[in-house]
Amino acid sequence: MMTSVDRENIDAILATDCGSTTTKAILVERTGEDYRLIARGEAPTTVEAPFEDVTRGVLNAVREVEEIAGRKILDGETIVTPRNGGEGVDLYLSTSSAGGGLQMMVAGVVKSMTAESAQRAALGAGAIVMDVIASNDGRRPHEKIARIRHLRPDMILLSGGIDGGTTAHVAELAELISAADPKARLGAGFDLPVIYAGNIDARKIVEDRLGDKTALVITDNIRPVLEVENLRPARTKIHDLFLEHVMAHAPGYKKLMSWTNVPIMPTPGAVGAIVEGIAKEEKIEVVGVDIGGATTDVFSVFQGVFNRTVSANLGMSYSISNVLAEAGIENIVRWVPFEMDETDLRNRIKNKMIRPTTIPQTLEELLVEHAIAREALRLAFVQHKLLAVGLKGVQQQRTISDTFEQETSGETLVNLETLNLLVGSGGILSHAPRRAQAALLLVDSFLPEGVTSLAVDSIFMMPQLGVLSTVHRRAASQVFKNDCLIELGTCIAPIGQGKERSECLSVKLSSPTGETEERKIKFGEMALVPLGLGADAKLKYELERGFELGQGLPRSGEIKVRGGVVGIIIDCRGRRPFLLPESREKLISKLREWSRAISAYPE
Amino acid sequence: MAHAYTPGLTVTRSVLLRRERKLPLKGKVLVKLGDKVTAETDVASTELPGQVETVNLSNILGLPPADVGGCLLVKMGDHLKNGQVIARSKSFFGLFKSEAKATCECTLEAVSDITGQAILRQPPIPVKVTAYIDGKVCAVKAEEGVTVEAFGSFIQGIFGVGGETAGQIHFAAQAPDDALTDSEIGNDVDRKIVVGGSIVTYSAIERARERGAKAIIVGGLDDKDLRTFLGYDLGVAITGSEEKGITIIITEGFGRMPMAERTFGLLKELSGKKASATGATQIRAGVLRPEIVVPFDGAGEKDIASLPSSQGLSLGSVVRVIRQPDFGKIGKVTSLPPELRTLETESKVRVLELEFASGEKVILPRANVEIIGGE
Repeated sequence: MMTSVDRENIDAILATDCGSTTTKAILVERTGEDYRLIARGEAPTTVEAPFEDVTRGVLNAVREVEEIAGRKILDGETIVTPRNGGEGVDLYLSTSSAGGGLQMMVAGVVKSMTAESAQRAALGAGAIVMDVIASNDGRRPHEKIARIRHLRPDMILLSGGIDGGTTAHVAELAELISAADPKARLGAGFDLPVIYAGNIDARKIVEDRLGDKTALVITDNIRPVLEVENLRPARTKIHDLFLEHVMAHAPGYKKLMSWTNVPIMPTPGAVGAIVEGIAKEEKIEVVGVDIGGATTDVFSVFQGVFNRTVSANLGMSYSISNVLAEAGIENIVRWVPFEMDETDLRNRIKNKMIRPTTIPQTLEELLVEHAIAREALRLAFVQHKLLAVGLKGVQQQRTISDTFEQETSGETLVNLETLNLLVGSGGILSHAPRRAQAALLLVDSFLPEGVTSLAVDSIFMMPQLGVLSTVHRRAASQVFKNDCLIELGTCIAPIGQGKERSECLSVKLSSPTGETEERKIKFGEMALVPLGLGADAKLKYELERGFELGQGLPRSGEIKVRGGVVGIIIDCRGRRPFLLPESREKLISKLREWSRAISAYPE
Repeated sequence: MAHAYTPGLTVTRSVLLRRERKLPLKGKVLVKLGDKVTAETDVASTELPGQVETVNLSNILGLPPADVGGCLLVKMGDHLKNGQVIARSKSFFGLFKSEAKATCECTLEAVSDITGQAILRQPPIPVKVTAYIDGKVCAVKAEEGVTVEAFGSFIQGIFGVGGETAGQIHFAAQAPDDALTDSEIGNDVDRKIVVGGSIVTYSAIERARERGAKAIIVGGLDDKDLRTFLGYDLGVAITGSEEKGITIIITEGFGRMPMAERTFGLLKELSGKKASATGATQIRAGVLRPEIVVPFDGAGEKDIASLPSSQGLSLGSVVRVIRQPDFGKIGKVTSLPPELRTLETESKVRVLELEFASGEKVILPRANVEIIGGE
């Protein structure tokens, strides 16, 4: 693996992203002074049986790039690097989220206290919590042992006791784990990572019992005293171990690591680097989302603070059934613009779960997937808002009286009113047949307020550009601006409530070419005002009483808006709260009306 | 995508299978290398530490935790009878006396001077691991377990719930598209593995369970019924530890799905034979699918690992459609056009042309078929 990169002599770059479902490859080349995207290929990820080798999917995706670019990159099953004349590339990079997300077990002494804190820590780190083991969970020790063995977690978080409290129960839990001698899911022959974040007095006890059998890491107690929950150190350790142990032991990764010129970067980390970069360069507040097969990652930069959450149980393939379980069938049905039998919808979702690589073939199937995606995005954003708290919230203070409360205390940094840019990435958004669909999904799920620019990752290559930005910022930046980020336009969503069909907003758009367009939009309606890609325009607006655009903007005035491939979306469906009609018949009619208003789906 | 590699499920008449049978913790292997075993044979056993109970001595005796140790009447590691006095408080002039008693037959394992809790460990629990399949012990790992091998028929399902079981294959369907309702569940399903057709109803599952059936193998199942059966909405497909008294394996998918002719036909051939089955499913990296194994005496058959399951799609490949609108249909690949085609959704994707047995031809995304594996 090459560690230093000669930036000046790089003309051809290959970058792959091994997702849980699909492996994507891009070829970037220098033409004159600029780096541009030349070709993109994809193939199913091959971490699962019968291949169990991530490099098969990489090679298949690269072969597609070869076909499209009409250029040789591979020599048999080897990526030719450095470039040899017209063959091969100068730099090969990769990101990865393959492996179906992080799956953890957590253990704590008291189910409703330390075990619950451990669960929060694991969830916050983006894990699927497969089971919560507690001293008082009612199961017999051998049942717990069998459970640990059966579930094959990627990692175990062991907590228990306040500092100076009981050590016996922690010892008992450590003994259970030791007795289970759990084997890691991926990569036989390596020790399962166990994080101990419990009573400081029990560290030695835990080390004695688990030190030899597991890859034990000790960190600060997540519940040092009853009233304080300190989750950050455990979460950080979970992230570190996921990269070091779990991902590195996924099938074929050793080989893949030997191919790349710089270390493989986790997909959320790479996308995060790009989102943070946009916020810094443009000095704006940004929310980015990457919805994948197993996970949905949300990134935000508010008040200069970058936050990232990984909702490992919300995704469009492996985790699709969990979206149903968490959102509830009624929340998914509310986005389906036709009558649908609950049994049929449930079966479709489960069928996608058991065969995660299939794609919608009919329009009806596409609409159903988009309905589920809205809920996955919405829930991931809810989780993000709960966890994206200021640095002062590292230690979450809880009083004894609200020790049992589930809500995260502390103010979220996320403020939709001040949000400047909402960027979507991931298969369902990047591959939406019409860009207006991606725009509508983002607006419905995130409910931006006031004036917000919308963008989408054109062909789902933010992860690859994220890792490229760490070694060749100029190339990454040029491809990002020219080929990756597709500006969808601007969403204008007045905050407030009104009566159905009552006046809400009047706008007059003056385009740079001198053309003007005037619209009056009623409450409950959406509208699309055309303004092309790259065009800036002045928009005069006048809001009815009871509505505002936030950020102290007056009820009438003029703002600058930026066009895009979709245009200016006016969303007068109301905010705080955003309400959908209760009658199914009316809801279907409204969903269709909104879809028509922005030409989202074929009629 | 240029390469569609949905591997599909293995359905094969004759193959060599090996299954590792390991104890949850070290113990004793009960069989020898080369021993013939049945699914029910105990191949290894161990004793798991008994259940733990706690007695709060500090509260009972009304003493600070640090003083509890001085009141103990028994020693660490002592065997105690249920009701035996563990500790007695030193009374004030003998007037007030408090006693803490063992709440079960147990061993005193620990007393905490921080919490004042006594940890009582119940007698060890014997745990046995069975062979799971009828076969021969082909490897022994001292103190840990064995590997059992068998020749036999092997059928993978797409999804299941419930753990390992074994029983005689019993047909409750005449054709692959028959629905398995409660009226098809007779009194003769006790200890049987019941094979249905396209779907099983919740009431049929309940009746089969009541009448002692070990498992149900069927083409499809409504998710709504799965939810009723489990009592919760299954979020992530990690199953196998459900203790519902019956194992369910679906071979095609959710909803009404006629069982693939080949699977149905093979099971029909095996009707009356003893099968082992597990519903354990994990859909993620390191995927686990449910399985039905019907061992028989044989030799020189192919190893499961040698089955051709990794080939790509080619002209003539037999595939199953795994997405609406032709979900479940089986056809032969008649064309693999290289160019992208536009679907009804307006997506541009790689497609293939498929001919069904009826002669009807359809164009489908390559991602929406799976190769039917096995021989």
